Amino acid sequence: MARIVGAYATSHVPAIGVAMDQGKTDEPYWQPVFAGYEASRQWMEDLKPDVAIVVYNDHATAFSLELIPTFALGCAERFPIADEGMGKRPVPEVVGHPDLAWHMAQSIILDEFDLTIVNAMEVDHGLTVPLSLAFGQPDAWPCPVIPLAVNVVQYPPPTGHRCLNLGRAIRKAVESFDDDLRVVIFGTGGMSHQLQAQRAGLINPEFDNRFLDLLVDDPEAAAAIPHVEYLRESGSEGIELVMWLVMRGALTPRVTEIHRHYHVPASNTAVGHLVLENQD
Amino acid sequence: MMTADYHDIPGTYVFDAQQSRKGYHLNMFCMSLRHADNRAAFKADEAAYLDRFPMSDAQRRAVLDRDWNGMLELGGNIYYTAKLAMTDGLTFQELAALMTGVSNEEYRKMMVDGGRPIEGNRSKKEWANG
Repeated sequence: MARIVGAYATSHVPAIGVAMDQGKTDEPYWQPVFAGYEASRQWMEDLKPDVAIVVYNDHATAFSLELIPTFALGCAERFPIADEGMGKRPVPEVVGHPDLAWHMAQSIILDEFDLTIVNAMEVDHGLTVPLSLAFGQPDAWPCPVIPLAVNVVQYPPPTGHRCLNLGRAIRKAVESFDDDLRVVIFGTGGMSHQLQAQRAGLINPEFDNRFLDLLVDDPEAAAAIPHVEYLRESGSEGIELVMWLVMRGALTPRVTEIHRHYHVPASNTAVGHLVLENQD
Repeated sequence: MMTADYHDIPGTYVFDAQQSRKGYHLNMFCMSLRHADNRAAFKADEAAYLDRFPMSDAQRRAVLDRDWNGMLELGGNIYYTAKLAMTDGLTFQELAALMTGVSNEEYRKMMVDGGRPIEGNRSKKEWANG
């Protein structure tokens, strides 16, 4: 059977991708951001997952206001890199895993989560920046990727509870797949940041660190955080953190924290990063 | 207008049903700028390009004036208006400086120093008194 062998949560700030693409990671501004990803890149290299499920959000790229799926699972053979308005990132095309993805879609929908099935989708920085952080700059990504896009642009995003429970359904789906695949799951976005209007630039380290603690040790409490608290305390775009709860739900109730990193700022955003493993 | 618990948050437009309905055509205009040929057509004649989108006069004026907060107030969403900013050659951080009314240097320094603190920025009451 397939199983989830690890979890990797990270912010997906577009400027992090630009810094990597332009070779600026050693600059004084960026060095402390990237230093916190060295140990986890080694962890990922040792883990050698067969598939990565990446929970992320689309930023008005593949989905516009014409169609706003709350949860959209990428079942395609491949996912082209999007031009988000300044040309495509110079990163490899994302290759999917349709066998597992379609199995997941069937399992999760029968588990009463009404997923949208996606057969053609470009992917933006929300998905590619975490891949770059985890895998570096290879000519091809080392494993197939199953994108799971969560709406966090149109209010309201799904609740924290819904996300945590979706993660549990993902775990059931993975564990009911016959092939012996070793699967890593990514939760992306956050941490505190506000990109818009007069309060732009908001950062709240106390909120962020409490969220990291709760996510590891008390995910039910993290899942109970209401939307208004994310909006007020972590900035209007900090609400992306609900996606980390999907990842957490796919793990065992108790987990081992392998790695943690927190740094302010990367551009407008607080960078957070966690690596977790199941405790059996 | 329906009131919501998040309406008390200062300097913030939550992109809810009301904002989304109001801003649909404005945002779809911004979305069109994802394609290079549309960016070129817009730059060649902004007013003529905007005729393709049935937005309100106020929205149209906000786009032409690059009134970034005005666009948000009129239903724009930041991920959409950012595409207009990128068409203008702005980075996200430069856009943020414009929306907060400070220079690029001041904004960048605020972020390097830890960002805008949450203290004093939770409620409109705090802003009114501050």
